[in-house]
Amino acid sequence: MNDSTAVARNAPGARAAAAQSEAAPRAETALIPPVDVIEDATGITLRADLPGVPKDKLTLQVESDTLTIEGEVGIPTPEGIEPTYAEVSVPRFRRVFTLSKELDPGKVSAELKHGVLTLRIPKAEHAQPRRIDVRVD
Amino acid sequence: MYRSLFPRDVLAELDRLQREMREASDLSPSIRGVGRGGFPALNIGGTPQSVEIFAFAPGLDPATVEVNLDRGVLTIAGERPSSLPSDRDDKAAVHISERFSGRFRRVLTLADDVDPNGVAASYRDGVLHITAKRRESAQPRRIAIQ
Repeated sequence: MNDSTAVARNAPGARAAAAQSEAAPRAETALIPPVDVIEDATGITLRADLPGVPKDKLTLQVESDTLTIEGEVGIPTPEGIEPTYAEVSVPRFRRVFTLSKELDPGKVSAELKHGVLTLRIPKAEHAQPRRIDVRVD
Repeated sequence: MYRSLFPRDVLAELDRLQREMREASDLSPSIRGVGRGGFPALNIGGTPQSVEIFAFAPGLDPATVEVNLDRGVLTIAGERPSSLPSDRDDKAAVHISERFSGRFRRVLTLADDVDPNGVAASYRDGVLHITAKRRESAQPRRIAIQ
């Protein structure tokens, strides 16, 4: 996975970066963060890559059965910086998931570390697997 | 193997397709292959005093990231361990797997006016920020008329 990028004033990405800083911010435009979703017996673990999003600019919302992850990139940049090349052209992340009925949205726990959000959504008590004892009379 | 940081970004994928088609028809491509995309994603900017490089590399242990500068060529390399359960774990089911894992390396050529002794790197919120100072002699200055 080798690649090279020349740091040049007129890099191909410069146009996009310049256009983005000039254009009025569009509220709808956001990058879709990549996620891993793993389910085990007691719940679902969701990990999302949100590089550059500090804790105070991350919004997690559960509304009925919809989970919304929203984050704004907040990187401190030196004054007078001029973008020359950009692969992350939109400083915003957003992704929406629909939760299923057996998940308990009231018990969601979240952790943000090094730009990775880890969400744990436990299954509701009644949906947890149970071993049923067979009684022999 | 190519895997973008944002595999679900359709516009970025179209951009990649166009680039790959152009590169496939190019008789003399760059010696280091793909020039754009991959992990980590890079944003580069500059001020009159420095070159600022932002590598979007979430979930790394800063101690394992290697940043090397050799004769004007900057290399960012490391490994992102997989957070997925192992195959032997049959109790867990993976529903979505989009996050990058494995070794990565990105190489870029810095401008000639960068001072190799003035390079600093920091890691915050999953973004690796590399600042490379420009040489004093290369900085713009006003020349007084006598």
